[in-house]
Amino acid sequence: MPDTLGLDVTAADSTIGEPAINIAIFGAFVLVTLVITFRASRNNKTAADYYAAGRNISGTQNGLAIAGDYLSAASFLGIAGAIALYGYDGFLYSIGFLVAWLVALLLVAELLRNTARFTMADVLAFRMRQRPVRMAAAISTLAVCLFYLVAQMSGAGGLVTLLLGVTGEAAQALVVILVGALMIIYVLVGGMRGTTYVQIIKASLLIAGALVMTVWVLGKYGFNLSSLLGGAEETAQAQTAPVDVLAPGAQYGATATSQLDFVSLGLALVLGTAGLPHVLMRFYTVPTAKDARKSVVWAIWLIGIFYLFSLVIGYGAGALVGADEISAAPGAVNSAAPLLAFELGGTVLLGIIAGVAFATILAVVAGLTITASASFAHDVYASVIKKGDVPPNGEVRVARITSVVIGAISIGLGILALQAGLNIAFLVALAFAVAASANLPTILYTLFWKRFTTQGALWSIYGGLIACVGLILFSPVVSGDPTALFPDVDFSWFPLKNPGIISIPLSFFLGWLGTVLSKEEPDTDKYAELEVRALTGIGAEKAVEH
Amino acid sequence: MLTPEEYRQAQDSPEFTELRRRFRRFAFPMTVAFFVWYLLYVLLSTYADDFMAKKVFGDVNVGILLGLAQFVTTFLITQLYVRHAGRNTDPISDEMRNRLEQHEYAREKPAAGEDTTQGATRA
Repeated sequence: MPDTLGLDVTAADSTIGEPAINIAIFGAFVLVTLVITFRASRNNKTAADYYAAGRNISGTQNGLAIAGDYLSAASFLGIAGAIALYGYDGFLYSIGFLVAWLVALLLVAELLRNTARFTMADVLAFRMRQRPVRMAAAISTLAVCLFYLVAQMSGAGGLVTLLLGVTGEAAQALVVILVGALMIIYVLVGGMRGTTYVQIIKASLLIAGALVMTVWVLGKYGFNLSSLLGGAEETAQAQTAPVDVLAPGAQYGATATSQLDFVSLGLALVLGTAGLPHVLMRFYTVPTAKDARKSVVWAIWLIGIFYLFSLVIGYGAGALVGADEISAAPGAVNSAAPLLAFELGGTVLLGIIAGVAFATILAVVAGLTITASASFAHDVYASVIKKGDVPPNGEVRVARITSVVIGAISIGLGILALQAGLNIAFLVALAFAVAASANLPTILYTLFWKRFTTQGALWSIYGGLIACVGLILFSPVVSGDPTALFPDVDFSWFPLKNPGIISIPLSFFLGWLGTVLSKEEPDTDKYAELEVRALTGIGAEKAVEH
Repeated sequence: MLTPEEYRQAQDSPEFTELRRRFRRFAFPMTVAFFVWYLLYVLLSTYADDFMAKKVFGDVNVGILLGLAQFVTTFLITQLYVRHAGRNTDPISDEMRNRLEQHEYAREKPAAGEDTTQGATRA
């Protein structure tokens, strides 16, 4: 079957499809979104406009935007590729990414919408001493956003070799700069409203594209899941390194350490989502808590259905393209979905999927950048440095400057990560681990534990963050392994690649310990206000009238 | 703007106690339930691969079916929560919000011109 594809994928510099078509479709997306972004910029007057789209986005629109924000290239290309190569183990990822949304739905989204204004720190600092908690929340927000941004940026660079027919480090770096520049324009000009529209368009395209491929693949197997699975298993057994793609364990089952590593990853995935600052920030863009609920419900259905499509696309790529050809293609595991698109619909479908993949990256990085810049401007600049004494719109001006700085930093780090060959999926997993360790425990304690104090919050945030990053530093990801960042030295002593299983419980424990050991009494007046506001919606920020 | 006293009165009111009880009665056990069920699934996939690889029909095995069941339960819990909130918590929450807006929880009249704004969490 692979030989009938009619293209030579063994040469390292080969591309598939027609780069001109890929570029044209991507260009059309950029053009349309830029026009919309400039139109959206007309209403960007106040901080609520810039950070939260005037809180005028409807629940349904926001559900689409959340899907657009959340379904990164790692979700689209990474999961389909992991299923194509490792089968069942790839499927496990998508389940963690989906189930995690229940934490956001049941415990976080509505309460957050009712109590905070722009950032995660708004709710974390609500009943605490403002400056230290805001600083801590801002640092962990910036850490999560930066890990995630670098992953997306270097992913964009890696994709071009496959999709746009450019090769070489210079050309890849140029693409990273282009993606970064576009991202800065979206955020600078369009603010949250522009970013939201980009995400809505991207989510629609992505889900539509995945639907087409899913129906096409299923059609080839008589709309019978069992035949598709059988086809995938049959092709997998004919590869040079046959694996059982239907049973668990192909990727993680090798040793006791890798098994524990998987459990650790599973924990970070399910607890990380509700602590991702760019996801939390989307809840502020709707008029009321009921709209926040509605948007999470939409997001869960859209994301769930998309991951079901990914299952079919992944096994379809495994069956119709084959693991050998995917591994040999530029982009390796990430090329499974594009190669399948080419196999099914030739250059046109490939062009559409390639364009969608780029749109995916653009929408995600824009969401991350506005979150990071809002956190710096609102929490660090306005609250910590200026102590709340900022001229009207001074904050938004700082946020705009910050978004350019963050864009530039992530372009630089993205190029470095690309040239160091850093694993994208690992960077995303790290972002989830930091979110689950540093952010989620404090969010839950703040909302539900009356006695929680400033010291508890600080111990939990910093403890989770330091444990998470520290364990990674001394893990086989960084040193002492042929695939490590520094393969030639070995200072690793922590055996797991995913720190969540240690750092998440540790952060919960530190939050508790810091609280029971603290000398200060919890601010019960502020807790009364927080609780009443969270559950009734009184005093919640209103939508901006235009 | 409401006074701290009003928030305390509202928090201590029987209707708020009921609202909190209804919210937590659904959210907390359900969170434990889906978390345990997810963890069980991850642990089975990691440590019981023979069981998960058992074919149920055709090439569809236990692992795939349990994985799809995770999707089903996620969708189901989502819709159950929407129904629970619409029936049990929204009515109390809406009524309390209206009463708070009318300052019905103020035992004494709110002192005129008193500014309770603290920090940057308030507009």
